[in-house]
Amino acid sequence: MWWSALSLALREIRRNLLRSTLTMLGIIIGVAAVIIMVTIGNGTTAKISAQIESLGSNMLILRPGQRFLRGSRAAAKPLEASDAEALRRELPSVAAAAGITNKAVTVVYGNNNWTTSVSGTENDYLIVRKWSLARGRLISDGEQRAGASVCLLGATVQRELFGNLDPLGETIRLGKIACEVIGLLVTKGQSAMGSDQDDAILMPLRAHWRLISGQQKVSHIYLSARDDTSKTQRDVALLMRERRHIGPSDADDFSIIDMKEIAKTMTGTTEIMTSLLGAVAAVSLIVGGIGIMNIMLVSVTERTREIGIRLAIGALEREVQRQFLVEAVVLSSVGGIAGILLALIASYFIAGALQVPLVFDSSIILLAFVFSAVVGVVFGYVPARKAARLDPIEALRHE
Amino acid sequence: MIELQQLSKTYGKGVAAVEALRDVNLSVHAGEFIAMMGPSGSGKSTCMNILGFLDNPSQGCYRFQDSAVETLSRNQRALLRRHFIGFVFQGFNLLARTTALENVELPLIYRRMPRAERYVRAMAAMAAVGLDGREGHTPAELSGGQQQRVAIARALVTDPALLLADEPTGNLDSARGHEIMALLARLNQERGLTIIMVTHEADIAAYASRVVQFHDGHIQNEVCN
Repeated sequence: MWWSALSLALREIRRNLLRSTLTMLGIIIGVAAVIIMVTIGNGTTAKISAQIESLGSNMLILRPGQRFLRGSRAAAKPLEASDAEALRRELPSVAAAAGITNKAVTVVYGNNNWTTSVSGTENDYLIVRKWSLARGRLISDGEQRAGASVCLLGATVQRELFGNLDPLGETIRLGKIACEVIGLLVTKGQSAMGSDQDDAILMPLRAHWRLISGQQKVSHIYLSARDDTSKTQRDVALLMRERRHIGPSDADDFSIIDMKEIAKTMTGTTEIMTSLLGAVAAVSLIVGGIGIMNIMLVSVTERTREIGIRLAIGALEREVQRQFLVEAVVLSSVGGIAGILLALIASYFIAGALQVPLVFDSSIILLAFVFSAVVGVVFGYVPARKAARLDPIEALRHE
Repeated sequence: MIELQQLSKTYGKGVAAVEALRDVNLSVHAGEFIAMMGPSGSGKSTCMNILGFLDNPSQGCYRFQDSAVETLSRNQRALLRRHFIGFVFQGFNLLARTTALENVELPLIYRRMPRAERYVRAMAAMAAVGLDGREGHTPAELSGGQQQRVAIARALVTDPALLLADEPTGNLDSARGHEIMALLARLNQERGLTIIMVTHEADIAAYASRVVQFHDGHIQNEVCN
């Protein structure tokens, strides 16, 4: 009996193909919207996670001053290069630590100039940032100690200054000083905050002090935790309090940023956005359901005589009801399947255009399908009930 | 087979109440061919609806094959229609855009008959009304007389105990009408099918073995042919 109701429903849908397709369109768009929103949202989350991962995993950033106290940062005692050395030497949980100091400098090579951030840093910096050399060589320990005027170029600086020429061994001017290019860094891409990580020049910390900043300070210390970042964070805090002579009752005058925490916050935000957009799209599914109810009510009125005939020759109320309910469910679930197919194709192209990875969540696809079928049951019920309750005598007289 | 005693049917309530039938007494034996005649609104259609379990009477007794059937639920009446009654309507009432064979098969589907058996019985019913070869046609492709034959085949396919025909020749010209009546008379004689028919026309009523005259909701007289 279910089977005959199904074949009857399919026949009825084929008979009014245009109308059925238009009715299904509501569900198709609803299901597709939900799946596309969630898929693109998940892709964005994955992209942000990957970008944060590219900053360096297990990375902690130590800086002077408390993050949340206004104005305290400038007043806070600066960090020393010896702090980085002490962290490296005394804490087993710290895998690498590098002090860094930055200054925006206009760099000149030939007729080209480019303003970029020139960083003086220690060799551990590349380890913490998981950054490697594309060509050339690293800064040697001797060059670090001597503060030799050598530098490594990020991919953007290289492109802007040299175009297609080979920068290795060439000398560039950083403001007034000359500096030899000894290595080229691999492309790292955009950071999660949207800045270009490749727009950078690295040089020995002591060279930066001597030639560019003129003072022996580091603005941040980049740290790499050996395994657990929260334990490392505690160790670093203890050591720094000791080194900076902070009394037991006083608050820290430095802060430690855990990149994992920032990653969590950012992916959390996109996840909330994804569910929000998915929920908005789900509303369109309900609108699609109302479309089905509307068309089914029209169909019941149109087919009053048919219902009268069926009732007169002995169809039970529930058999007529089932017939119309199955029709509504077939409409909505065929629409659901079409919506899923549409979403798969559309997500492929949208993900390509937005350059986010394609992350299909099969549970969302299943949920969207089940929801579309449920929409059919819910919105098909009233018309089916109406059909089943018709008086056969009246229905047969209906013109 | 059928006993109606003091049967009444009232539509509406209070002052607006209309008495469509009052104190109708009628008995029908198996194998009879009865024509109901009377002016419009005399109650013959209401009586047919009650006889065919499309409606319940307001008062009185209705005994069908020795069971009291005057107070039944909608579903009980649907089941009685399914198993005992065949309907032929004035307006044919075939499903449009559905082949003649599928129309004839319809009552068997509700009887949950297997597909193969359904096909055999529907084909036999089509042959019995002289429509072999027209199984694949839709009602729009058939003439009025042929459509009424399909309706008769649909009523016959379940081997009903009682065939109810509400003005079966009303939409047909006189020649087609007499063809249909000849078919009904033959089914009555050859199969012993009990038929109750509503008609306006005396020459159509002449095919029946008994004519029941309705007037103002009750039976005025009965004449045996």
